[in-house]
Amino acid sequence: MSVSQTDFRAALLDADRPAPTGLQDAAARPAGRRFDVYRNNVAVSLTEALHDGFPAVASLLGKTNMDGIAGMFLRAHPPASPLLMLYGEAFPDFLAGLEQLSHLGYLADVARLELALRQSYHAADAAPIPPERLGQTAPEALLAARLALAPALRLRRSPWPVFDIWRYATEPGAPQPQAAAQDVLITRPGYDPAPQPLPPGGAAWIAALQTGQSWGAAEDAARAEAAGFDLTPTLTLLLQGGAITDLMTEG
Amino acid sequence: MNTTIKTLAVAGAVAAALTAATTHSASAQAKEKCYGVSMAGKNDCAAGPGTTCAGTSKVDYQGNSWKLVDEGACTSMELPAMADGTARMGSLEPLDRDIPS
Repeated sequence: MSVSQTDFRAALLDADRPAPTGLQDAAARPAGRRFDVYRNNVAVSLTEALHDGFPAVASLLGKTNMDGIAGMFLRAHPPASPLLMLYGEAFPDFLAGLEQLSHLGYLADVARLELALRQSYHAADAAPIPPERLGQTAPEALLAARLALAPALRLRRSPWPVFDIWRYATEPGAPQPQAAAQDVLITRPGYDPAPQPLPPGGAAWIAALQTGQSWGAAEDAARAEAAGFDLTPTLTLLLQGGAITDLMTEG
Repeated sequence: MNTTIKTLAVAGAVAAALTAATTHSASAQAKEKCYGVSMAGKNDCAAGPGTTCAGTSKVDYQGNSWKLVDEGACTSMELPAMADGTARMGSLEPLDRDIPS
C-alpha cells in the first residue's frame, strides 16, 4: 500500500476524484467502489453531526437546504479534531459568509447560540458558591469584589431576537419572535445548558465581570448601556444557574 | 449615581435575587446521574445523538449508562433482580454489570 495521506484526504473530500491509486486490500485488489462507500460514510456522518449540533438552523433551513450547506461546509472545514462532539465551530461564520443566505441575517447568530449551548454542555464542572454568601457580605465589599463565573457560562449578544428565533425553531408552540435585539445567557444548572434572554444591561454587567472587573465597575458598564439597569433579574439568573463559582473580596 | 445609593441598590438587588433564587430551587428538584437503571436506548445525554451518548445503551439496566433521576432516588429505586437472582441497585458511579457483549 502506497498512498500518501494528502492524496487520501483529497479524494475523501471530493467525490469527483477517483479512489486513490495504490489503495488495496489484503488480496491486493484495488479499493475501487469500496472507497466510495467510505467516502460517502464520512460525508453522511459529518452532515448528521451538523444536523444534531445545529437543530434550530436545520429546522429554519429545512432538511434539503441543510444537507446541501452541510456538504459544502464539511468539505471546506473538515474536522480539525477527532472529537465529533465539538465539530462545527466554524459553521456560524461559514453561514454568515454565504451569499445565498444573506436574506437570513439572523441565521449565523442562531448557529452561534447553538454552538454555545453545546460548548456549555461539554464545559468543565465547577461548584457554585452558596447564594447566602452574597447576603452575608456587606454591600460595600460586594461592590469592590470580583466574581468568578462557571466554565459552562456562555454569553451571546445579538442584534436579532435570537433567543425567540431559537425557541420558535426548536419548541413546538413557542411564541412568534418579536423584532428586538436579544442577549442570551447560558448557564448549566444540573447537567443541561439553559439559555435565558437577559434584560437590558444584563449582558454588559456579565461581560464586565468576565473580564475581571469589580462588581461596581460592572454596574457602571451596565448603566452606561441601560440607564435604568436593575441587577435583580440578572443576578437571579446567575444564582439559579449555579454560575457564580467564587466571590473574591479585597483583603 | 453616588456611593450610598449604589450600595443600597446592591443590597436590595442581592436580597431580591436571593429570595427569587432560593424559592426557585426549592420547587425544582435537584437531579443526579444514576447508573444502571435505564432501559435500553433510553439513557440520557443532552446534546443529542451523534454528539454524545443519548439513547445509545444496548441493554436494559446497562451498568455504564446513566439517566437523570431526582436526587436521592438513585440508590433506593426498585429494580428487577438479575437472572441469577442477585438484586440490582442503581449507582452514582458506573457499574460493570449488564454490559452488552
